[in-house]
Amino acid sequence: MTENFFADVLIIGGGTAGLFAAIKISELNPATKIIVVEKADIRRSGCLASGVNALNAYVGKNHTPEDYADYAFNDAHGIADKNLLLTMARRLNSVTQQIERLGLTIEKDAQGNYVERGWRNVKINGENLKPILANAVKKFPNVTILNHVNIADFLLDGDKVVGAYGFNTRKKIFYNFTAKVTLIATGGASGIYLPNHSGGSRHQMWYPPFNTGAGYAMGIRAGAEMTTFEMRFVALRCKDTIAPTGTLAQGVGAAQINSRGELYQQNYGNTTSERVFAVTAENFAGRAPCYLQTVGISDAQEKFLLDAYLNMSPAQTLKWIETNQLPKNFNVEVAGTEPYIVGGHTAAGYRVNANRQTTLKNLFAAGDVAGGCPQKYVTGAFAEAEIVAEKISETLNEIKMPALKTFNADEFERFFANDSPFTVDELEISMQTTMDEYAGGLTQNYRFNGRQLDLAVANITRIEKISENLRAENMYDLLKIFELRERLTVAKVLIEHLKARQETRWAGFAQNLDFPNRNEKFNCFVNSVTTGGVTKIIFRELS
Amino acid sequence: MISIDEKICVGCGQCVDICPGNLLELKNSVARIRDVRDCWGCCACVKICPKNAIAYQLSADLGGTGAKLFAHDSPTKLTWQILKTDGEKTFLEVDKHQANKF
Repeated sequence: MTENFFADVLIIGGGTAGLFAAIKISELNPATKIIVVEKADIRRSGCLASGVNALNAYVGKNHTPEDYADYAFNDAHGIADKNLLLTMARRLNSVTQQIERLGLTIEKDAQGNYVERGWRNVKINGENLKPILANAVKKFPNVTILNHVNIADFLLDGDKVVGAYGFNTRKKIFYNFTAKVTLIATGGASGIYLPNHSGGSRHQMWYPPFNTGAGYAMGIRAGAEMTTFEMRFVALRCKDTIAPTGTLAQGVGAAQINSRGELYQQNYGNTTSERVFAVTAENFAGRAPCYLQTVGISDAQEKFLLDAYLNMSPAQTLKWIETNQLPKNFNVEVAGTEPYIVGGHTAAGYRVNANRQTTLKNLFAAGDVAGGCPQKYVTGAFAEAEIVAEKISETLNEIKMPALKTFNADEFERFFANDSPFTVDELEISMQTTMDEYAGGLTQNYRFNGRQLDLAVANITRIEKISENLRAENMYDLLKIFELRERLTVAKVLIEHLKARQETRWAGFAQNLDFPNRNEKFNCFVNSVTTGGVTKIIFRELS
Repeated sequence: MISIDEKICVGCGQCVDICPGNLLELKNSVARIRDVRDCWGCCACVKICPKNAIAYQLSADLGGTGAKLFAHDSPTKLTWQILKTDGEKTFLEVDKHQANKF
């Protein structure tokens, strides 16, 4: 059975960016018919399912949006779009106030000003940020929320996006959405590389294992221009639990030390990728393991840490208490994660203009799926959503409702008739191992060379081919098949980007052993457009 | 990973709805996780379960000893309980209107 829906605005992904866009469009024009499609439940979906402990993008006292843009540009070692950064940074403080009005608890001083942590952070209680957004959006009668619906692909009319189609993750219902404009807000991609734990805890990872790069994959298949996929993100995390380290470093001022008790960070620089590189280099030099020095923190600081981790990564608090190794008495071991593609931290994603329009007509992108604008975090995703909302509200009445375009239901049905000797799990681990071994994964210390990348292409191409025959017994199986295929699509484009940037710019994130140094010739964007399965690289000047 | 106590579960299905990974399902009127290796550890199900039938646990490869983490959610506070294998209980209360101080 296929259900047809029509909307002025189709929002794919009910996360931070998608829900805030729905709220802002509704505020600007309450008559706009909006559909938000979410593959889980908007109350707890995506990367903020368990909460967030600080707003990490904010323009503090005595600073300007230009300062924030400069900071993010330098942290990205010069590969970012300054105009995108600036258009985001100008809105960071205003969206912070808006989310406070929706119900987020933000720490304030006696004068009612936000209490800053450094000059780019404000302190919050963000455990319930997703429920707050979900409650806020439900108040608008013009917004229809469809939970547990997975979008498979855009519907196209030439180079124009006219909607999307997908399926229910539980019942055999297919959906066809026709919309004047579409916002893709599906988040980034995890699970492309072999994770830190490949056995019983294979999903104990930094970014949600359910963010599979669906939006990137849809864009790639539709011929959208993508940017800077080669700037993968590697997170520095608490070992095993893969819980955040920023709260230890910035919250209680814990410094990085090696097993000899030596401070080492100053030897490597202090950009995000340099902090990851420092750990890899110390490990190589025989000074592993590395720690964040928490020994000696106060009782009040320890209590704060226990609560703070419950609000974003409960495993860490459980570990401290369960093992009786509390942070006041034991330093916290740190480790790098496997690489991710995520536009909220690096510049990877859709190429967009200042209005967050993609290169496909009537398709906008915001949040982790949008490229060129690193260090956006939660508030940056809100800022992008607001930019999109304003542009959509301005232009919507110039766009006609497209004619109904249908998809071929056999794209889904055929997987129920398939017969395959392989399972999704087998192909997933095969993909992850290939990417790990040949395309600079965690076990290779993020290093690769050109021959290895060629082998990675061959393997991923083979896995993609045999994934065609995977069999689904139910809708959840179908979801898993589509998620795997999304990751494979992203992986292939990622490898082409890694090949094209013939230098090593972010040694903590990736080291190209054929080109181990930074090369100023690559002070440019590496972009790509994929047509008929062939990815063409486009070098673009930094704007 | 999570564990579900089938004897306590009343089959209300709230955890099935809330899981960000679509990992839970109702089988014979009780919730079960399709594959426990797929749990991200977000604790959305732990918080929403009205009967405390779901606990988060550290797997063996994360250094777990079998202790369980439960949560009770209310509009004003989240109350967490850690139950160790020797029966020792630790309660941690997080006031939702209290932001981080550090």
